[in-house]
Amino acid sequence: MNLTLQVWRQKNAATPGKYVTYQLADVSPDMSFLEMLDVLNQELILKGEEPIAFDHDCREGICGACGVVINGLAHGGQRGTTACQLHMRHFKDGETLTLEPWRAKAFPVIKDLIVDRSALDRIIQAGGYVSVSAGGVPDANTIAVPKENAEKAMDAAACIGCGACVAACPNASAMLFTGAKIAHLGLLPQGQIERGRRVIHMVEQMDEEGFGGCTNIGECTAVCPKEIPLDVIARMNRDLLVAKITGAS
Amino acid sequence: MTTTDTTTTPGVDVRRPLEFTDARLNARIPTGPIEKKWEQRQFDVKLVNPTNKRRYHVIVVGSGLAGASASATLAELGYNVSCFCYQDSPRRAHSIAAQGGINAAKNYRNDGDSIFRLFYDTVKGGDFRAREANVYRLAQVSNNIIDQCVAQGVPFAREYSGLLDNRSFGGAQVSRTFYARGQTGQQLLLGAYQALSHQIELGKVKMFPRTEMLDLVLIDGHARGIVTRDMVTGKIESHIGDAVVLATGGYSNVFYLSTNAKGCNTSAIWRAHRRGAFFANPCYTQIHPTCIPVSGDHQSKLTLMSESLRNDGRVWVPKQAGDTRPPPQIPEEDRDYYLERKYPSFGNLAPRDISSRAAKEVCDNGRGVGPGGLGVYLDFTDAMQRLGEAAIRERYGNLFDMYERITGENPYAQPMRIYPAVHYTMGGLWVDYDLMSTIPGLFVIGEANFSDHGANRLGASALMQGLADGYFILPYTIGDYLVGSKLAKADTSHAAFREVESEIQQRVERLLSINGTRTVDSFHRELGKLVWDECGMARNDTGLRRALARIPELRAEFWENVKVPGEGNDLNQELEKAGRVADFFELAELMCLDALHRTESCGGHFREESQTEDGEAQRDDEKFSYVAAWEYTGKLEAPTLHREHLTFENVKLQQRSYK
Amino acid sequence: MAAAVALYRSSIGKKAVMAITGFIGYGYVILHMIGNLKVFEGPEGFNHYAEFLRTVGEPAVPERTLLWVVRIVLLVAVSAHVISAIQLTRQGIESRPQGYKVKRRLRANFASMTLRWGGVALFLFLIYHLMHFTFGNAHPTFIQGDAYHNVVSAFTNPLTVGIYLLAVAALGVHLYHGVWSIFQTIGLNDERTDALWRGLSVVSAIGLFVGFSIVPVAVLTGLVR
Repeated sequence: MNLTLQVWRQKNAATPGKYVTYQLADVSPDMSFLEMLDVLNQELILKGEEPIAFDHDCREGICGACGVVINGLAHGGQRGTTACQLHMRHFKDGETLTLEPWRAKAFPVIKDLIVDRSALDRIIQAGGYVSVSAGGVPDANTIAVPKENAEKAMDAAACIGCGACVAACPNASAMLFTGAKIAHLGLLPQGQIERGRRVIHMVEQMDEEGFGGCTNIGECTAVCPKEIPLDVIARMNRDLLVAKITGAS
Repeated sequence: MTTTDTTTTPGVDVRRPLEFTDARLNARIPTGPIEKKWEQRQFDVKLVNPTNKRRYHVIVVGSGLAGASASATLAELGYNVSCFCYQDSPRRAHSIAAQGGINAAKNYRNDGDSIFRLFYDTVKGGDFRAREANVYRLAQVSNNIIDQCVAQGVPFAREYSGLLDNRSFGGAQVSRTFYARGQTGQQLLLGAYQALSHQIELGKVKMFPRTEMLDLVLIDGHARGIVTRDMVTGKIESHIGDAVVLATGGYSNVFYLSTNAKGCNTSAIWRAHRRGAFFANPCYTQIHPTCIPVSGDHQSKLTLMSESLRNDGRVWVPKQAGDTRPPPQIPEEDRDYYLERKYPSFGNLAPRDISSRAAKEVCDNGRGVGPGGLGVYLDFTDAMQRLGEAAIRERYGNLFDMYERITGENPYAQPMRIYPAVHYTMGGLWVDYDLMSTIPGLFVIGEANFSDHGANRLGASALMQGLADGYFILPYTIGDYLVGSKLAKADTSHAAFREVESEIQQRVERLLSINGTRTVDSFHRELGKLVWDECGMARNDTGLRRALARIPELRAEFWENVKVPGEGNDLNQELEKAGRVADFFELAELMCLDALHRTESCGGHFREESQTEDGEAQRDDEKFSYVAAWEYTGKLEAPTLHREHLTFENVKLQQRSYK
Repeated sequence: MAAAVALYRSSIGKKAVMAITGFIGYGYVILHMIGNLKVFEGPEGFNHYAEFLRTVGEPAVPERTLLWVVRIVLLVAVSAHVISAIQLTRQGIESRPQGYKVKRRLRANFASMTLRWGGVALFLFLIYHLMHFTFGNAHPTFIQGDAYHNVVSAFTNPLTVGIYLLAVAALGVHLYHGVWSIFQTIGLNDERTDALWRGLSVVSAIGLFVGFSIVPVAVLTGLVR
């Protein structure tokens, strides 16, 4: 396959970026998307140019490090698939691909396609946990969890924190991410005690980071590599309203 | 190669260093019966007064299961912690990729499990090359881990009763594996990450993401800090503490292609090794038999599929080398179901190492399938005829989908292709019972140490060990060191830090200035292929010597001809890789030396010279029942070997047989 | 009060305001549409209905009291809906200072992507509609108290009918996404109820479009004179 790539290149946060066009020949359809970038980078290095910086690590769709907007779709738009698991046979020979970083005020560009997603960590730090210290906990089987709740909690907990939901949202909202953690812990008995407090603090932090609001469009769930359902946002909304009304803090 | 012998004699108080020819290899295993040792040690450790804990500062490198759990737990106890990871968030450490589950001796299934049985299985699974006392303690705390993770809200699989579900895994005869779909590692890591996040919020942990440890700093022989590179700004910085904990994972990426994340590297432990920490059993690496094969030269990593596939799939290759017919057109009589043929009683379920080696053997005979001839068929045709496609879809649907996504082939219509890949390293820095290395104040936990798996790790045991070390062992033992060591007051302006900083600066400048003609990846690929060929699934004297001759040449070429573009004071991923590959070159040599000296076969280390008549691994307990701990001497080709002899009082040594 | 302010400060609080005020508006337009159909009862019936709206509640409360209560509730609801929408829109715009070069969507539809512009159009129409039928200053032959005349005379003009049809189409589109959003936003949605609320949205959008269109079309075609 031969491809034309239009890639966002930006030296660092302080320098303005631009799109640079590259031609890439002999791309194997068996390559993953990131392997295609590897090949391009090897060429660039040997030509004496700087390779394209992009985040990646596990390359098996679970660490959440990678993330590129490919032709307007976060992770390229294949259902339930991260950019590292997207393969080149998904594209057509001769196609032009535009590669952009996640774009959001809360995700400033660090370099090229790499953005700073630490805002997501800070949302978790604001309350995305059960405040239990190591030791002194009851035997695991003293806490029974209805299977259905356990399954739903697992659906929500599957979030890998890649930030594609933010990237795809027309409002750059982080509600699917935040809602997923709130739903995961809120569905389990272990998470009940801090439920109100958790949602209030996490939503506060989410707003403070500069993410947008939700207009229920659903782009987030459509690009989510773990297919987190949109109802986690409804659950978060309900939890917040209940917490505010009942005066949790 | 010089050797010094250091013998432990369990049953006597081994704490007195006088009994050792080399005091540094004192495992400090407590006295008493095995089930009391840990309790005894917990009682013996010097306690740190609660108000004094905040005067201590601990540096933790790595934020996987071991690092995150240790950081969180130390902070909960009151210590100040700085935690470092190269990823942009601690949640991304590669523990996240573990699929199968985590073992614990809960015996919730009433099927005869016990702490002793988990201990026994682990020692036996490790082919009798692990320390009994460590493994027993691991089995003991396994139950606390499950309690802890459930309390944190880890969404383990449940039965309709609402109680925890278990499955049997990795050939165990009891159901002791707890799991969270195919994402157990991720969910356990998120539990630890959440606990860590809580401590970050409370200000007890300072997190340094996108920060790579480049070296260890010793003051007066004690580990006192690290020098790091900020991966965004390129700034070289020093951090001082009262103890340093390395939780930096394994070194499978020495092979270039492995199931590890791209960023996984050996630099932290290798740098510590160069500063005096002994490296134990580097040749013990584990190969997983059911990975998706390489599709071409572009391949950047290998993807593992659950071993459970072998429950219903039949492994075969064509009988004739060079038979390139599509698999459905190859008639039964031209197929070789080699696992069923060679191991009639275990068949396709033969253990990991055995099936891996068998696959290599048929591919070496030119009978491999797929691109490059490095693959064997895993065929579900019979199972689908017997059970129906729907049943297979229900059991393995997501694995089949993943396979199709990666290969573009429909495994319902044609057999899967699989090939073994490296995915875990049992070797690592030598640690004593307290998880302290031979450098005082340097603790090593998780996959980075060598401690619990011997020569082979059982399935669902890696997660258990990482969390045992981080939540329940290190937080006790580190206090003993902190109280007992009278550290001099110092800060990062100390000459020791200045010296290491300048060494690192020079190394960075050197890498950037070579400006040769080959990329870092091309060197890494070549090194990986060499190590895979000569020190991979099967090893022999000739091949290892060949590798030992070639590695230094390749390393020399690397330092003369590598091309690292960009600048040091910038985000520079090629520079990061170059530093890591430079360390892999040095480690590779030690791996081969270790593999060469251990002329027996054991666990993941198969020496072709040491096999039974049936081609099975042949241990030599007389000569090799020891931990090989290597000391860096300044000369990579001539490290010093120290032996920690292993004695088995609670399990009986036996030879494996799967005929 | 402080809690309410704190809630409103969060994006979810503003969304909740959107949902609740939207629900009020949604309820109102349904009643409004049903009332409109009274036009088929002829001048007497329709004017009687208009009179009823003015005098309902008498003699417990003076004339037009309830009418004004409803008007005030609606005024507050519309204002709050508009103000929250403006604030949320601004937040959404600020949250992505640099946009994408290539824009593609997977799940979004015309209704969800035009919610805001549709809202602006509806707001402008609302002003016109009030000037047309309530204050009369946009009506060429407005007769205070003769609602039937006002309606029938207005809709003999095809241009006016066109404006009204466009407006109720915009309303339908707005509600196609808006009604489901109400339940999602106040947290009454999950996988079991999702189809229910989606269905209600579709029925509401079509029903209100048809219901509101009948009257102007009937007048224009001479069915109602």
